Amino acid sequence: MASLSREEVVHVATLARLELTDEQIDTFTPQLAAILANAADVEALDLDDVPATSHPYPLTNVWRPDVVRHAGVRDAVLAAAPAAQDGMFRVPSVLGDAP
Amino acid sequence: MTPSTPSPNASVLPEGWGMVIGLEVHCELATATKLFCCCPNHFGDQPNANTCPTCLGLPGSLPMLNEQAVELAMRLGRALNCDVKRSVFSRKNYFYPDQPKDYQVTQYDLPTNLGGHLDLPSGPRIGITRAHIEEDTGKLNHVGGGGRIHDAEHSLVDYNRSGVPLVEIVSEADMRSSEQAKEYANELRAILLATGVSDAKMEEGSMRVDANVSVHHLGEPWGTRCEIKNLNSVRSLGRAIDHEALRQIDLLTNGETVRQETRHWDEASGRTGTLRVKEDADDYRYFPEPDLVPLEPSAADIARIDAALPVLPGARRAALAEAAGVPATAGGVVMAVERGLDHLARAAIGGGADAGRVLTHVEHNLAVDGAETLSPERFGDLVKMETGGELTATQAKTVLAEMVATGGAPAEIAQARGFEALDSSALEGIIDGLIAAHGEEWEQFRSGDDKARGKLSGFFMGKVMQASSGQADGKAATALLRRKAGL
Ligand SMILES: [Zn+2]
Repeated sequence: MASLSREEVVHVATLARLELTDEQIDTFTPQLAAILANAADVEALDLDDVPATSHPYPLTNVWRPDVVRHAGVRDAVLAAAPAAQDGMFRVPSVLGDAP
Repeated sequence: MTPSTPSPNASVLPEGWGMVIGLEVHCELATATKLFCCCPNHFGDQPNANTCPTCLGLPGSLPMLNEQAVELAMRLGRALNCDVKRSVFSRKNYFYPDQPKDYQVTQYDLPTNLGGHLDLPSGPRIGITRAHIEEDTGKLNHVGGGGRIHDAEHSLVDYNRSGVPLVEIVSEADMRSSEQAKEYANELRAILLATGVSDAKMEEGSMRVDANVSVHHLGEPWGTRCEIKNLNSVRSLGRAIDHEALRQIDLLTNGETVRQETRHWDEASGRTGTLRVKEDADDYRYFPEPDLVPLEPSAADIARIDAALPVLPGARRAALAEAAGVPATAGGVVMAVERGLDHLARAAIGGGADAGRVLTHVEHNLAVDGAETLSPERFGDLVKMETGGELTATQAKTVLAEMVATGGAPAEIAQARGFEALDSSALEGIIDGLIAAHGEEWEQFRSGDDKARGKLSGFFMGKVMQASSGQADGKAATALLRRKAGL
């Protein structure tokens, strides 16, 4: 578990849309491997009796009523965007649909 | 060749092949606000009018869960016979401008609804794997390059839909023909409407159907599946499935392999095309959403939801079919439930009106606004007048239209219009008179080819209606004309 290959680092970087240089891959691979080694230490413990925890708070069913409130931030947000057109955010063209 | 029971796909697939279909349906929940913020959940507004820091993914914003979205999702789960479970929201990470946070909040390993089923009107029971809550994405408009996705110069993003609450309903791969897939989509839509969970408009995108299709030699394991997207109508769904199954069979019979991928249906060309090779679930790096706590419905919550569920379309069809003494798949029965006229039809039949005529009127003459306001007694009276010979079928249709418009009683409307069905001797008198007056046309009607006969039939019917001031029964007059001509 603690070992991490260069290929895995490159794959994760691709998913995160990060372009890494060879030197950066060399630097990050052992650093990320060290983090995984820490997780492996926890995995090595016998935790069969400990329930999985997705959240630190003992809370469930926290919600709000279904009532509309207009934020009115559209023009301010569009003005702060790198590019806008026709009331929409302009982004570079992206091939295909969402993954 | 030995005779065998035809498979449901016999008309579409080559002998010996079968197809296997599972559907994933996304439907937008009919809430007032989005899933995690108070922006309106409303289609068709000005671009980005319904946005706020949360649904734009701005730093520092936090999700606030909409109680009604959870309620509707659980209601749908119970309507689909699912177990409603403790559930946890997760982040699905991917980079695409339709999702401003760079992750979508969804449910992964612990969905709200698990393990249900939906019964198709034609009989088969289709398993429901899960129905989980998630947020919708924004909408990309590709501009430049003629609006085509692959040569757009840039894209414009509208986040009005970003964060709109969805339920994704995943079926088991239990369907074996495009007909069954269409039936499933229609039945699910009917349930969504009956429960008020969604307005389920495929053309507006509030119900979106993706199909997983694979093929196999009957009796052998299923092949690799492809997912088809961009199905904007139930008709497209059927066409796309048949096309995709034939494409896969073509590949396999030519010694090629089917690649697991997502394909895009192009309605205009009637073909599917490669969209992308699918990312693995690992690549989405799901993890529990730290900003939202688990949902834990109590037994009392579930009992309350069950108690409030309306009678579902399947049960309503069964009840009307039993009252009418016809199969639940009969056109009039299906239509009555679809249009919410089953109570009207059952009441009229219960009051002694002929079931066949009642269902015929529902199927053919009541596809109009206001039909649901008809009084069952008056509707029943109309049918009785018709079966009692007081009104012809044509007259009954006219009276019925006026009853819907004005709420009047059938006897009064018929009287005001001077409708008295022509008795058969009067009709025969008119027709004999016409034959005597138009000997040449009559001879052509008797001896002419189909085309000439059709034309002259129209001629005589026009004269019959004129002579009877519209009171003749068209069907009876046609039958009498043909009988007199010895046809
Ligand atoms: Zn918002």
